[in-house]
Amino acid sequence: MTTLPDTTKPGQKKLGLVIDLDTCVGCQACAVSCKEWNTQGYSAPLTDLEPYGPDPAGAWLNRIHGYETGEGDNARGLHFPRSCLHCETPACVTVCPTGASYKREEDGIVLVNPDTCIGCKLCSWACPYGAREYDQDDGVMKKCTLCVDRIYNENLEPEDRQPACVRACPTGARHFGDLGDENSDVSKLVKARGGFDLLPQMDYKPVNKYLPPRPRRDTAGGVKSTPLETVGKGDGSLAERVFSWIDEVLS
Amino acid sequence: MHPAYSVILFTTASGAGYGLLALLGLTGASHGSASDFWFGAVSMLVALGLITAGLLSSTFHLGHPERAWRAFSQWRSSWLSREGVLAVATYVPACLFGLLWVLPGSNETLLAVLGIITAILAMVTVICTAMIYASLATIRAWRHWLVVPVYVIFSIATGAVLLFALASVFGRSGIPALGVITIVALVLAGIAKLVYWIGIDNMKPIYTMGDATGLGGDVRQWELPHTSENYIQSEMGFRVARKHARKLRMIVGACLLAALVLVWAAFGFEGDAAPVFAVLAVLLVSVAAVVERWLFFAQARHVVSLFYGEQSV
Repeated sequence: MTTLPDTTKPGQKKLGLVIDLDTCVGCQACAVSCKEWNTQGYSAPLTDLEPYGPDPAGAWLNRIHGYETGEGDNARGLHFPRSCLHCETPACVTVCPTGASYKREEDGIVLVNPDTCIGCKLCSWACPYGAREYDQDDGVMKKCTLCVDRIYNENLEPEDRQPACVRACPTGARHFGDLGDENSDVSKLVKARGGFDLLPQMDYKPVNKYLPPRPRRDTAGGVKSTPLETVGKGDGSLAERVFSWIDEVLS
Repeated sequence: MHPAYSVILFTTASGAGYGLLALLGLTGASHGSASDFWFGAVSMLVALGLITAGLLSSTFHLGHPERAWRAFSQWRSSWLSREGVLAVATYVPACLFGLLWVLPGSNETLLAVLGIITAILAMVTVICTAMIYASLATIRAWRHWLVVPVYVIFSIATGAVLLFALASVFGRSGIPALGVITIVALVLAGIAKLVYWIGIDNMKPIYTMGDATGLGGDVRQWELPHTSENYIQSEMGFRVARKHARKLRMIVGACLLAALVLVWAAFGFEGDAAPVFAVLAVLLVSVAAVVERWLFFAQARHVVSLFYGEQSV
């Protein structure tokens, strides 16, 4: 059913990810781990076309961009993982003509039923976040399932019952939990770090949150760092001037 | 947006078919039975043939055409589903109307009721087609208030030129009401499209890369997530047409104008040349509709392009 479930009930579970842009190092482990799990799980096959050819193509559910912000001393590069945000009002679901796209009432996960999807691609047009990728070979739309086949899977060890991307992240930049529960670890983290929504003005109400990069610091462990331009300038003592003279003679 | 040929063919062919069907319905409602069996039968077949060809071609771009029947189920939320339901529903009164219209001695009241129902359903189907696009918040050019009117006006204009050509072929190019409707529809189509183009050209961007990434301010892309083009880029990041947009728009305008002149000429001459002029007008208006529809897709920019280096949309 592509009409949306009522998610305004108190205590409504909203499973999602919190992604820390401060600690993500862009190693692609989450993307690879996602691909590896999902090409054998719910989304299988997650097809690649000509993977070793000159122009490989394929469906991936997680893409890691690189962006740069700020100017001068405040310029910084950062890595930006992008996947389905499991929105509270996902237009990708309501535009689906067949009911293949749906939002689960019990935990808010947005899924595609691969047995009823006709591959019309309209859902991918309705998503502002580019979260859905069409599998040309399978003829259906693929998207992040929040590893629905892991998180409730009692055949896995308890510590493995979280999305593959979260499990794979070597820097702890990805967090999984219930964002509908304000006392959950992820909700507390979002509150403490000022987590934000992507394109909030579009009103899709994403569940996933992003944590901003921490502001640049000039001290490390209480010690002020030396500005680069003063390094090697010396303190003007007699010894410094002698060394400076020798340096000039030898240069 | 990537302009899929099957979707362009579908929206223009079925648009012309529904426009013709609506005009035939109104003709039956106002004038009673078809004046000539063959004129009626051929016109109905052309209308339903275009609609059917369009609907079939729309399934060509599906990953699983054999599951297309499932698209009738979600009419509560999906404009695509509504379009499918109405497209099929329109066949019922249209076929009944067609039969009554071409057969002599039909009940005039029943014919009028069926004609009007057919015309209304045909136009509502076209509105649903347009709403598939106009309801997407991610593509601002499609949120323009003229998107739905342009779909309807192009449907009527292409349908009217078709009807005019059919009437001419059957020796009836001189019907004043038909000539006037055709010319007015062509003029309105041109004006509506021009205003739409001016409108989208002057749209101020409202979303930036800073909004999309949540980082605010000036954000620059320094690394793509993948080495070759992915689905998102090829489907949503189509750019080829933009550099030709001006020329293509002039072609649309020129074709509409030439079609108008030919209809006018055929209307005036009622002789042997009339069907030739009218059929040429059909060709010209078809080119205008296809190019216009191609630009509608190719010029539309999607919000997701902000993640791929576009600074603002």
